[in-house]
Amino acid sequence: MPATTDTRRKPFVREILGRSDYAIISELVEPDSKVLDLGCGEGELLAWLAVNKGVEGRGIEIDGRKVQRAIARGVSVFQGDIEQALGSYPDQSFDYIILSQTLQETRWPLKVLEEMLRVGKYAIVAFPNFGHWSVRLAMLRTGRSPRTQCFPYQWYESPNIHFLTIRDFEILARDKGWRVEREIFLSGRRIGTWMSNLMAEVAVFLVQR
Amino acid sequence: MITETRNIRFDSLPLDCGETLSPIEVAYETYGTLNAAKSNAILICHALTGDAHVAGVSASDGKPGWWDSMVGPGKAFDTSRYFIVCANVLGGCRGTTGPGSVNPASGKPYALGFPVITVPDMVRLQKMLVDALGIERLLTVTGGSMGGMQALEWASAYPETVISAIPIATTARHSAQQIAFNEVGRQAIMADPDWNNGDYYGGQPPARGLAVARMVGHITYMSDESMRQKFGRRLRDKETFGFDFSADFEVESYLRYRGTQFVNRFDANSYLYITKAMDYFDLAARSGSLADAFRNGKSRFLLISFTSDWLYPSYQSVEVVEALRSMNRDVAYCELPSNYGHDAFLVDVGEQTEVIHGFLASTFKARA
Repeated sequence: MPATTDTRRKPFVREILGRSDYAIISELVEPDSKVLDLGCGEGELLAWLAVNKGVEGRGIEIDGRKVQRAIARGVSVFQGDIEQALGSYPDQSFDYIILSQTLQETRWPLKVLEEMLRVGKYAIVAFPNFGHWSVRLAMLRTGRSPRTQCFPYQWYESPNIHFLTIRDFEILARDKGWRVEREIFLSGRRIGTWMSNLMAEVAVFLVQR
Repeated sequence: MITETRNIRFDSLPLDCGETLSPIEVAYETYGTLNAAKSNAILICHALTGDAHVAGVSASDGKPGWWDSMVGPGKAFDTSRYFIVCANVLGGCRGTTGPGSVNPASGKPYALGFPVITVPDMVRLQKMLVDALGIERLLTVTGGSMGGMQALEWASAYPETVISAIPIATTARHSAQQIAFNEVGRQAIMADPDWNNGDYYGGQPPARGLAVARMVGHITYMSDESMRQKFGRRLRDKETFGFDFSADFEVESYLRYRGTQFVNRFDANSYLYITKAMDYFDLAARSGSLADAFRNGKSRFLLISFTSDWLYPSYQSVEVVEALRSMNRDVAYCELPSNYGHDAFLVDVGEQTEVIHGFLASTFKARA
């Protein structure tokens, strides 16, 4: 299933979901596919995909109140920890497994990625890029753990426990033999591939095993 | 909403134990209207001591239904949109054939001559009722506790009939702890001399034994926190201890009251038979594994558990959810925060309503 290249929907999507990584993800997902969203929050993306793309969606979310809101809007969400919950799914149960802005918060990121690629035909991974120039500059200037718009937390209260850059992800994918089908870079808006590891705040990868 | 319990009679019901009950009566109530497409029917299954009167005000005794906060116009199970059916369970004492019913062979109550029944037997009888009402598919089968076991059994045994299931605060099999509490209840009944080997109809029922069984049950339905809030160590109508064995504490007096009240509306033998059916229930054993119990069908699931429910702890719901996911089934699950213990599904209905309302609406839209 090749990723869709129809970008006409983009402004519309952005308006509905108000999140640029969601906009990209909803472009990547083929119509009428089966999607599992890890850390799905209140199920906004899955609900949008169900209505607009005929997607059969499921979600996993650890925050009970968010799970309740997601179910109340008709999305089938399971309350649990994504690092444990993936295990019970059979191989290749979904077309896409989505992990949006959460990889850097997981205890064992590689295990999560490998499980995603086992359970899904494609993994869609969006993460904040620790290689962005603002991060590098902040660290160089202050000599402290960098705090930027994408990484606003003090080191002692940050949920981000595994920082990674776009380059890190590309090297991991190469070492593991994963096929990167698409790489999309964002810095407020979509940007090109030129010096992406320096220029992009967020990256979205479409990966296949 | 004034409601009336109706009765329907079936010729016979084959049971798991090998015997056949014949004939057999079912007491049931309905609410709302079945639509022309017959696509809005919901079956609600009651727990151990419930009955067919789930909502509204009973025409016979003026009492509200046991889940009136959840069932009615505009409520979670919205009777202005859905057609709701609730039947008294097989083995019960509220209109459906049970050990207190007259055995046509002898002209006397069955008592211990009543065959031992199972949750699948209960569900098989409900299926006969649903068929008799002309309902081919159920938008949802739901219930809490033993009602949830029946919902799971429905989805496993009749996957083509069940569009969705909402098992609440329940399990696919009783743990040793759950069996143990039921056994204490049964022993309390059987230790009462008035029980007389189950043969007490027309005489003095084993009221003390049944009351103790109910007291134990009540403790397991509450939580440490809810008991602390409700009773604490407060004394009942006195300033100091009585230095005797009267009810000093409020909690003692409450349990005694609930125990005595229960005797007026429940049959001790029904308590024995129904708790035994709960203990026997094991969806995994019959199918080989829990996952295999859900091999067939396309039913959608919503499982709900409660944080303070230690009688049917969340891990038992998660076990079912894991099995469903390993079969790649459509399942939603949430653990709702509540201090009310197992009773939460009956009394803590705010968030439960929100979740069920949305789940039902989306299921109705997509599948009905």
